[in-house]
Amino acid sequence: MNLSFSEEDLKFQQEVKSFIKENYPADIKEKMDKGIPTTKEDIVTWQKILSKKGWFAVNWPEEHGGTGWSVTQKFIFQNELAEANTPNIVPFGVSMCGPVIYTFGSDEQKERFLPAIRDNDVWWCQGYSEPGSGSDLASLKTKAEKQGDKYIVNGSKTWTTLAQNADWIFCLVRTDSSGIKQQGISFLLIDMKTPGVEVQPIITIDGSHEVNSVFFDNVEVPAENLIGEEGAGWNIAKFLLAHERTGIGGIPHLKREIRRLRQITEDLPLNDGLLKDDSLFMDKLNKIEIDLLSAEFTELRTLAAMSAGGHPGPESSILKIGGTDIQQSLSELFVEALGYYAHPFMSESDLLSNEKRIGPDYAANVMPHYLNYRKVSIYGGSNEVQRNVIAKAVLGL
Amino acid sequence: MDFLLSDEQKQLQDLIQQFIQKDYPFDVREKLVKSDDGFSKEFWKTFSQLGLLAMPFPEEDGGYNGGPIDIMVILEAFGTGLIVEPYIPNIVLAGNLVSKLGTENQKEAILPNLFSGDMHLAFAFTEPQSRFDLNDVTTSAEKDGDNFKLNGYKAVVMNGPAADKLIVSARTSGEQLDKSGISLFIIDRDASGVSLRDYSNIDGTKASELTLENVVITKEALLGEEGESFSSIEHVVNLATLAISAEAIGIMQKMNELTLEYTKTREQFGQALSQFQALQHRMVDTFMVHEQTKSLLLMAATKLNDQSEDAIKSISALKYQIGNAAKLIGEEAIQLHGGMGVTEEMSIGHYFKRLTTIRTIFGNSDYHLKKYSSL
Repeated sequence: MNLSFSEEDLKFQQEVKSFIKENYPADIKEKMDKGIPTTKEDIVTWQKILSKKGWFAVNWPEEHGGTGWSVTQKFIFQNELAEANTPNIVPFGVSMCGPVIYTFGSDEQKERFLPAIRDNDVWWCQGYSEPGSGSDLASLKTKAEKQGDKYIVNGSKTWTTLAQNADWIFCLVRTDSSGIKQQGISFLLIDMKTPGVEVQPIITIDGSHEVNSVFFDNVEVPAENLIGEEGAGWNIAKFLLAHERTGIGGIPHLKREIRRLRQITEDLPLNDGLLKDDSLFMDKLNKIEIDLLSAEFTELRTLAAMSAGGHPGPESSILKIGGTDIQQSLSELFVEALGYYAHPFMSESDLLSNEKRIGPDYAANVMPHYLNYRKVSIYGGSNEVQRNVIAKAVLGL
Repeated sequence: MDFLLSDEQKQLQDLIQQFIQKDYPFDVREKLVKSDDGFSKEFWKTFSQLGLLAMPFPEEDGGYNGGPIDIMVILEAFGTGLIVEPYIPNIVLAGNLVSKLGTENQKEAILPNLFSGDMHLAFAFTEPQSRFDLNDVTTSAEKDGDNFKLNGYKAVVMNGPAADKLIVSARTSGEQLDKSGISLFIIDRDASGVSLRDYSNIDGTKASELTLENVVITKEALLGEEGESFSSIEHVVNLATLAISAEAIGIMQKMNELTLEYTKTREQFGQALSQFQALQHRMVDTFMVHEQTKSLLLMAATKLNDQSEDAIKSISALKYQIGNAAKLIGEEAIQLHGGMGVTEEMSIGHYFKRLTTIRTIFGNSDYHLKKYSSL
């Protein structure tokens, strides 16, 4: 056992640090640090900076523009991005659609779609969930009927994250209803500008517009946009799920947030002292830090197993539930830290204005964040479904 | 021993339930929250006509002699309908202070207008550093001949935007954390040196930040004895803690009902969610927690009503448990609603937001656990 980085790894860490320092645009950094919502343009600008350096499609095979980094290097890279408080990478293109295309797509499809994902010229969104199909994804009903050399798509998708920014959507659609429900599902790419595609915002309880409904009304899609065979969609979806689970989760981000909360306890007045004098509060913060250590070293075990050529073991299934539990507890502890000042509601335009905020500057996002983070135990397969997966696949029940 | 409400209290409960059913559906509430006032001045008048505004005041003040149990009945019913009208800041906090401490002149100038719904009040007692400690007061009131001069800052003043008059706690003597030396003053919102920054809270209520800059007021504005107001502040905040706990109990009951209903209709994997044993157990847990916490509410209301020796301690026990129950019931309700639970469109998320702010208001679980341990 050896828990330290090699000299090469440390050199690499320095290289990443200085690249971010020199290239992270000051205006985007300021927004991130002040909790002002970033725009589509901000995100694309930052991701293009990584693309240009060749550090965007980190996990891809080198032939398609991947980095060829070791898992340790990938871990270091993610840590440094989080450390510097850079915008989260939007995963739908680079971490989801891209891997599907280079794994299951034809050479023609690879050439057509991969460079634009790698270079951030196209924004993708994910069309999985439907109003009637949440945790039970396979029950999806959006229909794609083959007519000559195209599919006619009808139906609707929901919880589509950032569809308002997207140029393309990758969808699970039903091409056959005759057999068992998993069988007739296909994986189809749809240009959002096609007539009959309509995006409607869903406003969530934190007051934000992040997710959408996407409606398809007789949308004509060229048959060449089908990835893999007709009916292969469910296997592709399972592949993606595994791919997601082995990806590096939100742990680097959580480490930074814990540090930030510690700083807040050294700043917030409490009676004639500071919040950090409140031992009940600090105990809770330290408990979360210990939980995070468990999650981090579980993740490192998984990474180490993979780098030794093994497959991600049962540890990887635990990460999703463990990680989201910590995300939620920590968001709640921020609310507790701020006390009454967690309650004032600031709209997006309030946040953008130069007027002084109500309470400490860092108070504004705390409650919206807590409310918004209720989603993390619901989306991507609810934690109930995750437990079913562990029960079946890991415990063999 | 019995836990039964009187006939009058049952009627009160029915009256409010009927009002919610008939006049206060969720979409009406949503429109009110988004309006400039943030609530309905018309409904406020309706509450006056129903006798709710004068309920917890002695007859000699023009009230109906109600007590803590009546306040509990009103607020629990309000909770089920997520009523946003500012009953606690107006009536339970500010109104009670005037009734308890006011001179004849002060009472006459305020109480009839408060009971008729024509005047709004707010009680400014929190400061950025004070959190839940009522004795932590840095706002100062300096004596200047027959006048007082106030300077300081009050945070998150509930009902500030609607208030015609503000009751402000300020220090006339002593150190920051001393219980003695705290005085109360009645100030007009448009008095010189008073500035209010109004805003909405995440739960749909309204509040203000209050800055007092060389606000000069006469000694007639002093409410109660100079330097001796701490115990009265503590008294009304205890009453308000009971009230908001009752509101939370109403909200939890409603959230449990909505969740049960939803899981019976939502199907996944070929069956209703309510058929999954893993989910049934969780709904049993939230049901039990609501019932057990409600028992504490009834205990605390009765003790406060009887002015029992351990009344204050029982309020801390109650609010501690309300905080825990609100977390469990609120978060489970959202989780069991799945994605729909986090949309603005469904009422469940709005109940959740109010229940979440209640966890903090008048002291969170940590605060009341410490207080309970110290008593």
